[in-house]
Order: sequence, then C-alpha cells, then structure tokens
Amino acid sequence: MGRYLLRRLLQLVPVFIGTTLLIYVLVWVMVPGDPFAGKCGERPCPPGFVAMMTEKFQLDQPWYVQYATYMKNLFQGDFGTTWSGRSINDIIATAYPNTLKLALVALAIEALIGLTAGVLSGLRRNGFLDNLVLVSTLFLIALPIFVVGFLLQWLFGVQWGLVKPTVSAEMPFSELLVPGFVLGSASMAYIARVARTSISENRRSDYVRTAIAKGLPMRRVVGVHLLRNSLIPVITLLGTDLGALMGGAIVTEGIFNIRGIGGTVYQAITTKESATVVSIVVILVLVYLLMNLLVDLLYAALDPRIRYE
Amino acid sequence: MRVSKRTSGAVALGAAVALIASGCSGSDDGGDAGNTADGAIVIDGTQPEVPLVPANTTETGGGAIIDYLWTGLVEYPNNGGAPQNAVAESIETTDSKVYTIKIKKGLKFHDGSEVKAANFTKAWNWAAYSPNGAQNASFFADIQGFADVQSEDPDADGPQKAPEPKAKEMSGLKVVDDYTFEVTLSAPTAVFPTKLGYSAFVPLPDVFFTQTPDEFGKKPVGNGPVKFVSWEDDVMIKLTRFDDYTLRDKMKIKDVDVKLYQEDTAAYNDLLAGNLDFQQQVPVSALAGDKWKNDLGERAIQSTTPSTGIIAFPMYDAKFKDPKLRKAISLAVNRQEITDKIFFGNRTPADSWANPLTPGAVAGNCTACQFNADEAKRLYAESSGYQGEMVFYYNADASHKDWMEAVAQSVKNVLGINARAEGIPTFAVFRQQINAHKMTGPYRAGWQQDYPDVENWVNPLYVKGGSSNDGLYSNPQVDALAKEASGAANLDEAHKKFAEAVKLIDADVPSIPVYFQGQQSGHSDKIKKVELTNVGEIDITSVEL
Repeated sequence: MGRYLLRRLLQLVPVFIGTTLLIYVLVWVMVPGDPFAGKCGERPCPPGFVAMMTEKFQLDQPWYVQYATYMKNLFQGDFGTTWSGRSINDIIATAYPNTLKLALVALAIEALIGLTAGVLSGLRRNGFLDNLVLVSTLFLIALPIFVVGFLLQWLFGVQWGLVKPTVSAEMPFSELLVPGFVLGSASMAYIARVARTSISENRRSDYVRTAIAKGLPMRRVVGVHLLRNSLIPVITLLGTDLGALMGGAIVTEGIFNIRGIGGTVYQAITTKESATVVSIVVILVLVYLLMNLLVDLLYAALDPRIRYE
Repeated sequence: MRVSKRTSGAVALGAAVALIASGCSGSDDGGDAGNTADGAIVIDGTQPEVPLVPANTTETGGGAIIDYLWTGLVEYPNNGGAPQNAVAESIETTDSKVYTIKIKKGLKFHDGSEVKAANFTKAWNWAAYSPNGAQNASFFADIQGFADVQSEDPDADGPQKAPEPKAKEMSGLKVVDDYTFEVTLSAPTAVFPTKLGYSAFVPLPDVFFTQTPDEFGKKPVGNGPVKFVSWEDDVMIKLTRFDDYTLRDKMKIKDVDVKLYQEDTAAYNDLLAGNLDFQQQVPVSALAGDKWKNDLGERAIQSTTPSTGIIAFPMYDAKFKDPKLRKAISLAVNRQEITDKIFFGNRTPADSWANPLTPGAVAGNCTACQFNADEAKRLYAESSGYQGEMVFYYNADASHKDWMEAVAQSVKNVLGINARAEGIPTFAVFRQQINAHKMTGPYRAGWQQDYPDVENWVNPLYVKGGSSNDGLYSNPQVDALAKEASGAANLDEAHKKFAEAVKLIDADVPSIPVYFQGQQSGHSDKIKKVELTNVGEIDITSVEL
C-alpha cells in the first residue's frame, strides 16, 4: 500500500510538469492576438503602458525563460499577479473556499437524494417508485443546467420569495441549498440510475441469497452486504464528480453570483488575464490528480479483494 | 473611452440624458426627507480591473466608482448640455491656447486636506509621464511639453528598455498660487475646458504621491460627494456621504453599496426580488418581448446614450476607394427595420454623424443614413462597382452577429452584391487586425464620446492621425476645417466649423452610422426619485427615497 502510494505520487510529477507546460504555452505563447490589442478600448494602448507591462511580465523574454521563472515562483508558493497587480494568491484564497463549500453541498445533496432514490428503486424494480425515479432522472438529465438554475432561481427567489435569488458574500449554508441542488442535479440523476442498476444486479447474487437464507434481518442484508458491494461504481462517479465540482461551476456560479473558481477563471479568460488563467488551471490539474488517487484508494477500503502492491 | 467588461468590446453601454422620476410618489419633491437622510441603496457594478486611479481606469466598472468619488473642474449636466464649472471658479482664455484656471477655495479631499492648484498639476504630470504607464495618458497630449515626458521603447518588444523621458513635468503647466494655475496648450484647442470634466483630469490628494498607485487605488481618496469606505474584491464596494462636501451636488442619502456581479441576469433577479435598488442595464434576456417593462412597470427607465454603432470602411483597401460605392452601401441599409426587429426598438436608427445628444451636433445631418433603395441602386450603377464577395466583419465575443448579418443581407438584397457577415472570434484579435490596417471588408466599430462635444465625434474618427481613425480616412479639406475648428476662439465658432467639416464627411461616407445606443435600467420600489448622468450612470446625488 505504501509503495503503491509512493509510486502514484511520483507519477504525478511528470504529469504535473507536462500539463502546466502545455497550459502555459497555450495561454501565453499561442494565444492569438497582441495582449494589449483590446485592453484600452477602441484605440491602441499608450506606449508607456505597453512598455511598463511588457517589462513587468517579461513579455520580451523567450517563452521558456518566462515558464522557468513562473515555475520557480510557483514552487515558492507565489502564483504571480494580474495585469493590475492584484495577487493571484489572494484571488485563489478568496475564491476557492467558496467553490469548495458549494461543491460539498452539491455533493452531499446528490449523494443523499441520488443514493436513496437509487437504492429504493433498485430494491423494488418495476414498482411505482422505480418508474417515478426513472422518469424524473431522465427529465433531470435532459434539462441543461442553466434551465434548472434559472427556473429554480425564478421560482424560489423571485416568484415565491423563499430564498434570496443570489448568494450573499458570507455564503451561509441555507442560501447554498438551491445552487447546490442545481449544481448536483444532473449527477444526482446519474447516481440514482447507477445505484439502481448495481443494487438490482447484486440483489440476485449468491451472497445475498445466502444472507437471506441464513435468516439475517433485511436491514442488515441491504445495509451491510448489498450496499457495500454495490457502492463501487457510485463512488467512482462521486469521486470524479467532486473533481469536476472543484473545478468550479461556471454556469451555476454565474446564475447565483457566487464568487468561486469557475466564475473567476471565466472572467480571467474574457479579460485576457493570462496569469490568473494559468494559475487556476494549474491548481485544477492538482485537484484532479489527487481526487483520482483518492478514488482509487477508496476502492480498496470498500472491496477487500482489491489490493494495491 | 471606457470599455464595458461585460459586453467585451461592444460600445460601453453607457447612457443618457433622461431625468426619470417614478410616478408613484404623491408629492412633487420626490421622497420622504426622513428616509432619505439616513438612507442606503445597493446598486450594481462590476469588479474594477485595476486599482482605482483615475488616470489609469479605462473600463466602466472602475470608471463608475471614480465618477462617484471625484468631482472635476467642470461637470457635465445630466441633460447633456454644455459643461458647467464645478471645482473650477473660472476658466479663462483669450486665444484658446493659454488657459487660466481658478479653483474654488476651501474645497476638501476626503482625508481633510484642501484641494489646491498643485493637486491638479501634479496629478496631470504623473498621468502624462510615460514610465508611470497610465492608460489615459493620451488625454494630456494637448498640453505643451507632453512629448518631452514620453519615451518610446527603441525596439518595441525587444530586450532594450525605454530611455528616461527628456523631462519629468510638462512645461505647459504652471502653478500661479494655491488656487490658480495656468495651462498652455501646444496648439489652440477650443474644446479643452469641456475635456476637463473627464475623470482623467481630476485632482489627486498629496497622499497619492507618498504611496504606490496600487496602494492608493485600493483605498482611494477623492474630493467628490461620497467617500470610500471599503472594497472587498468581487463582492462589494462601500461608499458613504462626505459631510464636508460643499459643491452643488450634495448627497441626499447616506450610504451607497456597489454590489459587484459577474452576470447581469443575477443582478436582474436581485432587482426583481428587491435586493438591489438600481441596475444600469437590464440583461438582453429581459429585453425580448419587452419582458423588463412588464416586470418593472413604472420602475423601468428607457434612455438614450451618447454612443453610436458604426460600420467603418477600410479606406486603405482599393476596393472601397469610390465614395459613390460607399454611399450606395450606406443607403442600402434599412436601419429602421434593424432597430425594430433586432433591438426591439431599444435602439434608434442613426441619422447624424455626431450623436444628437452631444453639444454642437446637428441632428439629421447624415444624408447617407437614409434607407433609399432606388438612390442606392442608381449610385451603385454610376460607381466603379464591386467585384467578388463583400464581407462585413465583427467581433464574435459580443452580441453583434444579428445586426451585422442584417446589414449584409440588406446590402445584398438592394445592390445585388454578394455580401455576408463574418465573426472574428475575440475582440482582441479583431482590434489587432484593425490596428494593423489589415481589414478586407467593412467592419463593426462603435464610439462612445469621452466628453460631450462634437469635436470628439470628428477629430478622433475622421481626421488624419486621429486616435481611432483606424480606416485611415483622409480628406485634406476635412483636416483643415477640423484644425480651424479645434483652434477657434470659442466653442460656438468651433461648432460652426465642425458643421462644415461634417458636411464634407457626409459626402465622403468614410463609415456608416447604423444605430444610436439605448439603455434600459430599472430601480427598486424604495427609490422615489433618480436621475441618470450624461453617460447613463446613476447620479447617486439625485437619489431620494
């Protein structure tokens, strides 16, 4: 287990360097257009401004020198600054906790509702509940997230006035319920369906029949034997989903005015804040790599037959 | 010109002259005095891109805050009329070249220090000095000695650094005493006093020069009706009434919170739910079918703004050399239909070269702006004609596709030219090609005036070497008239000369004005009276609750 972990962590290094290099080159070197072309409106920027920024961001150096400097600073924990001199460390430090909060709420909602619906419908196949879950999940999957977002915001926020339409800066838990539901809605449907299939398959397996034949109470058969073995595909889904959620939810964050990582990176792209884009994407790469590792390790915990050497 | 971050290079959605009092309150004088005096409002905004230093802000998010925090030498009345003295006691000149500016005594910055003549000259010298890299530096180019504080990088992007400029200060600025200074321009410029109302010309307190601009910009100290309280990035900028303010436009309410939104739709829903008191521009999704008017009722504010949507010709391309062809194309564009069908009547068809809200502009002076299919066909037959495909270009990262395609289609239908519209992915690439003079077809342009005068609609756009004359239009007669007009002894004479210049421009048709921008704003029940400034921002000093 220890050796496996070490090997996986070592594998991260070349992947990390490769992806960051790719991102850096794509954003800084290959991006079409002079970085100052649209910065000052419908007229060119004054030469003094261009000269100052060129020097500040080493734009007159070859790209590998720029990249080396960037990586050097990165390993010292310095993500650099935006065009305007705002520290990107600060930007990430304010945006990331918001994204994390939203992601956790979304994950909790999708796990809770998705799993419950999946387990119940899997146990009673072809019953009324099963059909209800199938139809409603189909509906959720078919709806684009912005439709769900605007609809719920309008219904709960504007029409009925139950919640504030947008989330305030302190991000209280109660205001995150609606955005969390919206963000988790599509995954919730997938989780319900995967859990349903997995449960109903394992329901007919030998060990379940044995457990029932032994006279174990149904609660124990389902709760311990059936559920634990059926959870593996669901955990894979949840794990990659957390990775995706931590990458920010551009649409949901935009609709509910949440200042998270998704909105920040979107805005950075539109305003050509190259330094911010690179830094946030670098962090996202790290998050994805670590989340994948975590999911792999969780398999072993769930299924004792899986061993890592 | 300030650029709106949200529309990404569209003409900044500025706005208007209109005075809007909502009809719901019974009394004429608007709101309840008690509510108003301690009142607070929340208005929408966007995160400023750079720290709040007036001479370095060129986008609307930060520009609006700077407009609230500072009062300049002159102010532009909300109705779009001629500028009036604000901080200035008097601005005098005999030859439009040397101006003696006296400022009112006893005016204070928010930190309690007095506004003196040196606060202006030092601020302007800082902004013009090229190593400081101020984005608005070009506004000071009229002043004598501007060239001496500039330095060009000898090898553009290369490793060599730009040398130090010859001088640290512009020779044209001279402080006479604490309340008087003299400005000498490099050439007579009648419109100079009008320019002084732009935010690049505001005074900076002494404390600015003891800090770095970034430190100052995070905690700006101005001299306007409100002072700065706090700024939480991407969340909120808080402002409160400056009680020592003595000029005309005192605050009637106390606190103004500027809530920073990423999406205008989020702000709009907050407005509908009563969590936001003013939104300058409602989202496009609310405009369809006049939804916003149904949603807001009497709280909807429709106004027009001093900015124009234009299609410019690349005059450096031989295909577009013939003025008859250009006029034929312009006459073939059905502006009324475009504004009705595509903009739901929220924009109006352009019929003059300068925006009609601008002092000195002549309404309806664009004879090439009518829709006249017969005349267009006749002119096209007389012209040298057009071979091949005519492509109308626009930047595809803002909503220009629909109207540009309608223009191309209109030209195709009337003249039979094989015309179509094509989007260039981003505003930056679009501007780069325009700046490099590489356009091969007519392209979308837009202009929002920097200051209210017809001069701003002629010199930058249609005079040789003008800062936004990207199509390289050049007519020596226009240049001569514009020069004469700019150097006239007073504005009336300047406006007369500009009118003559515009007649020549109208004959040449170097670009096609298509529509005048409109703005659709909304406010909450709480606000009983509100006015918009000449560029469509909320005039926070007019708000009554």
